[in-house]
Amino acid sequence: MWITTLWPAAASQFANEMDRLFAALLLIAALATVSLFAMTIYFITKYHKSRDVDRSAPHERSWHFEIGWITATLVIFVGLAVWGADLFVRQYEPPRNAQEIYVVAKQWMWKIQHPDGTREINTMHVPSGRPIRLIMASQDVIHSFYVPAFRVKQDVVPGRYESLWFSATQPGRYRLMCAEYCGTQHSTMGGWVVVQEPADYARWLEDQHQQRSLAKQGKALFASLGCGGCHGAGSTVHAPPLDGLYGRPVPLEDGRLVKADERYLRDSIMLPKSEVAAGYAPVMPSYAGQIGEDDLVKLIAFLKAAPAVGDDRQ
Amino acid sequence: MSFLNAENSLRSWLLTRDHKRIAMLYFASITFFFFVGGLAATLIRIELVTAAGDLVTADTYDRLFTMHGVIMVWFFLIPSIPTTFGNFMLPLMIGARDLAFPRLNLISWYLFIAGGLVTLCALIFGGIDTGWTFYAPFAGVYSNGYVVLGVVGVFISGFSSIATGINFIVTIHKLRAPGMNWYRLPLFVWSLYATSVIFVMATPVLAMALLMLAAERIFGIGLFDPKLGGDPLLWQHLFWFYSHPAVYIMILPGLGVASELISTFSRKTVFGYKFVAWASLAIAAIGFLVWGHHMFVSGQAMYASIIFSFLSYIVAVPSAIKVFNWTATIHKGRIHLDAPMIYALGFVGLFTMGGLTGLFLAALAIDVHVTDTYFVVAHFHYIMVGGSVTAFMGALHYWWPKMTGRLYNEAWARVAAGLIFFGFNLTFFPQFILGWLGMPRRYHEYPPEFQPWHVLSSAGAAILAIAYLMPLFYLGWSLFRGRPAPDNPWGATGLEWQTSSPPPKHNFDTPPRVMRAPYDYDEDGVARPQNG
Repeated sequence: MWITTLWPAAASQFANEMDRLFAALLLIAALATVSLFAMTIYFITKYHKSRDVDRSAPHERSWHFEIGWITATLVIFVGLAVWGADLFVRQYEPPRNAQEIYVVAKQWMWKIQHPDGTREINTMHVPSGRPIRLIMASQDVIHSFYVPAFRVKQDVVPGRYESLWFSATQPGRYRLMCAEYCGTQHSTMGGWVVVQEPADYARWLEDQHQQRSLAKQGKALFASLGCGGCHGAGSTVHAPPLDGLYGRPVPLEDGRLVKADERYLRDSIMLPKSEVAAGYAPVMPSYAGQIGEDDLVKLIAFLKAAPAVGDDRQ
Repeated sequence: MSFLNAENSLRSWLLTRDHKRIAMLYFASITFFFFVGGLAATLIRIELVTAAGDLVTADTYDRLFTMHGVIMVWFFLIPSIPTTFGNFMLPLMIGARDLAFPRLNLISWYLFIAGGLVTLCALIFGGIDTGWTFYAPFAGVYSNGYVVLGVVGVFISGFSSIATGINFIVTIHKLRAPGMNWYRLPLFVWSLYATSVIFVMATPVLAMALLMLAAERIFGIGLFDPKLGGDPLLWQHLFWFYSHPAVYIMILPGLGVASELISTFSRKTVFGYKFVAWASLAIAAIGFLVWGHHMFVSGQAMYASIIFSFLSYIVAVPSAIKVFNWTATIHKGRIHLDAPMIYALGFVGLFTMGGLTGLFLAALAIDVHVTDTYFVVAHFHYIMVGGSVTAFMGALHYWWPKMTGRLYNEAWARVAAGLIFFGFNLTFFPQFILGWLGMPRRYHEYPPEFQPWHVLSSAGAAILAIAYLMPLFYLGWSLFRGRPAPDNPWGATGLEWQTSSPPPKHNFDTPPRVMRAPYDYDEDGVARPQNG
């Protein structure tokens, strides 16, 4: 039992940037604390009641001091706010080329699903040097995905998708923890993020012998749940076609225009009456309670992979 | 004939409408709750000495930290200074005979006791495992603790807060003695006024949120659980809309106490009186607009987070103003290092460290890493224990001679004050490091690399526990054997010092006329009382 470090491992792009801000704040806080303590000790010694010192000429224009230190603190504080917000905003939007991994949280484990269908529990393999975007859902209560070495954390709130991205810089094993209290085994709901060189990662993926991709599993579900009955090509029911839907703007019955992202797809399955596409009757039944989070990510992976008819993108 | 021995029956205490006696009733009650909450903290710190969960089970541990939080927040910190020293001193300081509504004051104590007993029942029957924040959907659906009972207790005690708030506001507006204009009010009164505004405006929101939570849990009405059609973030918004201002309920009275103590023991007027006074109201007002900083990683919209971060920095400015003004107050003062002053100086140091670490948490990018870790735990303990509890101890030692008519052993009091400062830092400074290294909060067991810091923290907690027990003995001794206190032992200027110690039942034999601002001392450091 020894103290081995005062600075946690920094293993992501974001970690290094955040640490600079942290160091700056540490410097400001240390300077402020030391000067306050030093001044206080100096004053209570010098002006102790037993000391016969000059106590005359109390400050006449105290508001000069007031304006001075209010301005100074405001400038420093606003500067810190801007610095912190700038980093946060840049960390908020994932890069377009990010590799996506689905994460499902439940009491008390993290279930990881790679796009090719490979599954892991409480361990997540990722390649280094590539932006990774996690699309996360919770099956029960709020959990929080936290990897201290990456300096990233995101609550996973049930009923919606949360997203988080990072780009790991150093191969190694880093702790994954749940940071939002979630019940009895909260403190053991964690594991490891294993960062590998891209070549090692590819080899690892190969070894998983998981040939069925997430999208393929989703296609099978699409069929078994009977979605094709309405959304299929030859259907007699007037339902919107889904091919190539992902990422496109969708005009709604109430006049709004929304982007068909993961959230929209999920809501359309679970809460189909909330955002009805323009020109269609709200006849779709809700699948809330019928489909678990595991299956939902497969369906969404399938929908995302379905190309538009006649689409010339590869 | 003082208020203490005017009548002696139990009935005369339990049905009293004298603000001073009600303050004593509150004092006894919250002291009890402080040690109940402290017992839970003791068990938590013993459990955390080792990385494995070996003293209590995980379920017990969850109940301990929930009990610690619920009791300390709602049954000690929120009522602490306002209902004891506020209740006792406010009418005295403004030259009134009592609060505006003496019966309401007594009712508020009974509501507090009723709420406290209901909550204690919940804890005794089997406890609550949600944490004091009652986050949905865990608290609404998944928890198997006595959530509803606990929530009902907090709900009831909320009405006590509202009653106290209304009483203080009306009293300050209507019952000031002739000549006591607003800028002649002691700064403690200003801070009580700001606190009361929050009591009245924020507490109803908590009451509403708690009822909603109970409705979801009992009737399955879908408010917060998405499976029932609710939204978990709605709970967080409602809860923090109350609970962030509640932080200022807990600290503002402490800021007022610090201004009183630092001025009195420097025998010098407070530097920048108006800035210090208005800073309290600025904190109360802006404090209503920063609740979202508890939700930076909750899935709240990015732009909302940016605005909440910015406003959180703004609310720190009036706090900083106070620290600057206190430091300027001791400059060229005539410093008396009596026990209350040692508490006050300790308060300023700890409050400043708590405030500065708040700047870390307000920075969006840093909050992502340290929120929900021990960094946050350390930060709010610096404010609420290092700040509020230290201020409470300072107020206790300052006004004790007035309230009881007895002096206490100064040497023991100074030792306790020093020990609290040392023990507190040893307990909570390591927790900043733990949080920075990535140790999440509410962990029954933890990765072994964190153990050294936990051991240090627990060692500090042992010292802190002893330091908090010490006043029980020397103040208890003082109560029965202490030397009689003079009317104005500290040479202070406020009206409360111009009546006898302890005060008569009707506070002043002749109603005071206020002639001057508070904190007025001549060049030899002799007080010029406000009424003379």
